[in-house]
Amino acid sequence: MGSAGIRYRLVRGWPIWVPGLIVVAGIAIPLVYLFIRAVDADFTELAGLLVRPRNLVLLGNTLMLAVGVLATSTLVAFPLAWLATRGNMHGRRFITLLGVLPLSIPGYVMAYVLLAATGRFGASALLLGIEIPRLSGYTGALIALSTYTFPYLFLNLRSALTGLDVSLEESARSLGLSGRDVFLRVILPQLKPAYWAGSLLIVLHVLGDFGVVSLMRFETFSYAIYLQYAGAFDRLYAAWLAIMLLLLTGSMLLVEARVLRNTHVAGRGPGSARTRPAKTTGGWGWLAWPFLGVVAGVSVVLPLTTLGFWAMRGLSNATPALLESVAGSLSASLPTALLTVVLAIPIAYASVRMPRSPLRVLERFAYMGYAIPPLALALAVIFASLALFPALYQTLGLLVFVCAIHFLAEALGPIRSAFMQTNPAVEESARVLGRTPLRAFMEAVLPVVRPGIVASLAFVFLSMMKELPLTFLLSPVGFRTLALNVWSHTNEALYAQAAPHALLIVLFSAIFVGLLLRRESRRPLPHPTAPVT
Amino acid sequence: MTTPAPILVVSGIHRRHSASLPAVVRDLSFTVDEGEMFALLGPSGCGKTSFLRVLAGFDAPDAGTITYRGRVLNAHDGPNIPIEQRGIGFVFQNHALFPHLTVAENVGFGLRGEPDRDANVETLLHSMGLSGLGGRYPHELSGGQQQRVAIARSVAPRPSLILLDEPFSNLDARLRHETRTEIRNILRQFGITAILVTHDQEEALSFADRVAVMKDGRILQIGAPEVMYHTPRTPFVARFLGLTNVVLAEASGTTAQVPFGTVRLSEPASGPTWVSLRPEHLSLEAEAPGVACHGTIVRREFKGHDITFTVRLGTSDILVHTDNRLSQRVGDHVRVVPLEPAVVLQDELPVDCP
Repeated sequence: MGSAGIRYRLVRGWPIWVPGLIVVAGIAIPLVYLFIRAVDADFTELAGLLVRPRNLVLLGNTLMLAVGVLATSTLVAFPLAWLATRGNMHGRRFITLLGVLPLSIPGYVMAYVLLAATGRFGASALLLGIEIPRLSGYTGALIALSTYTFPYLFLNLRSALTGLDVSLEESARSLGLSGRDVFLRVILPQLKPAYWAGSLLIVLHVLGDFGVVSLMRFETFSYAIYLQYAGAFDRLYAAWLAIMLLLLTGSMLLVEARVLRNTHVAGRGPGSARTRPAKTTGGWGWLAWPFLGVVAGVSVVLPLTTLGFWAMRGLSNATPALLESVAGSLSASLPTALLTVVLAIPIAYASVRMPRSPLRVLERFAYMGYAIPPLALALAVIFASLALFPALYQTLGLLVFVCAIHFLAEALGPIRSAFMQTNPAVEESARVLGRTPLRAFMEAVLPVVRPGIVASLAFVFLSMMKELPLTFLLSPVGFRTLALNVWSHTNEALYAQAAPHALLIVLFSAIFVGLLLRRESRRPLPHPTAPVT
Repeated sequence: MTTPAPILVVSGIHRRHSASLPAVVRDLSFTVDEGEMFALLGPSGCGKTSFLRVLAGFDAPDAGTITYRGRVLNAHDGPNIPIEQRGIGFVFQNHALFPHLTVAENVGFGLRGEPDRDANVETLLHSMGLSGLGGRYPHELSGGQQQRVAIARSVAPRPSLILLDEPFSNLDARLRHETRTEIRNILRQFGITAILVTHDQEEALSFADRVAVMKDGRILQIGAPEVMYHTPRTPFVARFLGLTNVVLAEASGTTAQVPFGTVRLSEPASGPTWVSLRPEHLSLEAEAPGVACHGTIVRREFKGHDITFTVRLGTSDILVHTDNRLSQRVGDHVRVVPLEPAVVLQDELPVDCP
């Protein structure tokens, strides 16, 4: 193998393009129908919809929430990531755990916690006799979303801080910079890409969120789409709201791409980089403890005690409903996980083995499926299915398909990195030894990437166990899942009934976080055929 | 042994990776005889691996045909025999063992459905010096052992032809030499024809019955190792097969004028001609009355059993390889004495000469 640039196309043809076409169609057709539905009105009606002042209010609210959540998450995640990597205190592992654990409490469960803990009939009033004003609206949505999303930023910043080449800081010190200057001029610039990547995730999450804003009754685009669709039955306006939300999401992606294009972090020079950082918290170290206390209190202690309190009250008569919703969640999650992985395998394979092929575009589509706000996607799917395949409307099959498209990006990661660790020559060896392309893949590649496939199955399964917005709009009539029950019981202020469902979701999400941490902590394995020396 | 017949006929093979890129293999034609060890030698990027991949069937040629055991594998507009039906073995540079299979399973991979598969594998492991390692996994083996497993795996289905893509370059120097000899013996023993691709001239010269030197996708010269070394046809071949002095000579008949005097020529020529003189075919004579000394020693490298001198003659430097008994020092005036005729080279401008 003289030149490393040569890539190998082994399996090609239908095993790649059929799944690829399914993914592209699964995203493109609904979006096309969303636009068709949106322009299906006369001009004056459209003009009336588009110049409503309400659109501006929604835009303002959505942006305000995104900016607020991003700011709050930054204020929490940045010091936490610093303490977890550079702090000179004991228990840095505990700090890392604190930075990740809130991921196991989905936004709508956190919204439930805030609603169920405050107000005249909240847990704190009933348990402690302290009446906290009911948290709802902007403040409630801000706290719930920030608590759930700051771990995305934390994880990014932490791995960036861990990966920093300490010798850069040391040479800056030797060139006469003070500690503060090193922080501002050497460390911060290097954290930029990680920060922007993390904040994009957070902003996309806020734009796509439906559970929190609907429970908190804070009118963003997603909540308005839901109101128009479910309450007012104004599907034309709902379609336009979805398009506005899509445009907003698209412009965020463009801003991100532009920011990242202007950010360059030079690779390491020759020689091995030192990654053991000096431990400093500066003179403000004592502030760490109250800070950690507040974060732990809001993101862990408050949810667990509230859930525990209400679950004790609701558990006694909840069993049948609980079993039904667990069965419902499983019946959607298992096929979704399977389908997602079946679609992800050929796409990941194509992206690793054929990097210069136009098939690469498939990966973009997968990320699009993830970035499109779920409510907009669901609405588009409804329009398309009513127009093209009315028999599919509100079936479990359609729900599973749409969720598979949505979670595809999540499944691609582990499978993709598993493929990256396989050696294309191994597959070619199988060909030379008499196997057809497909058999060579089955016998020489699939067994090797199995761990990646299992990880993807688990991630998608657990994500689907807590999925709310797509299930909300697309599930069959009368279909119950854990997430749907938490939402509807909370919406009706039936906190005790919601609690056991919410607890189960937290349990499943905690498993997800555990898997995430395990993958995160594992170093990339050496090449499986690398000689032992 | 009867007269060997060509097992492989390559004719006019052309290959470009994409329409926008220049061709990496240009008009390649040669034959390989049954049982022969054939080496394709060239610097990295010369197209040797690209050609090997076309031969194995991983990539398709843009023009030309390959005939293997009388069957056309790959005609320009004819059928293209799939990789798995060609019956040609391939050994990869990085071994490419199946990481999820044991050594025995790796070696037996190409013997699917054969009744005496286990016995075959066992015999092969034994003859490769891998007895007792059948149950191990590739990552539990040393580099040299992995190399043997890779060879055993490709030998197992008894192909008539095996392609070796820089198979020794991952091994350290001592191990490389050992493995090379061993593998050559095993291939001979099984009567398997081999094509070795390498950028290491010593490897090619010692492994192969015939060597083809490649540059920019073309074969410059094919021949037996000694012939190639002693009578290279172009400056590139002369330089690639070992240290040499390529100098411009003024030829007239069987002799020529070079900067250090008159030399005999390997074949008659006339006018300005590039010639090659290997350093070991030159010697030095010390300054003495009646000896015209045009050269000055500018560098002396003592390497144990020999010495390499660099002698400056006007504007050009000449390398001279002598035994370790010469006592000349840097700065001494010397005369360069040719011991063998200079090899006349074809008119390829030695652009890569310093």
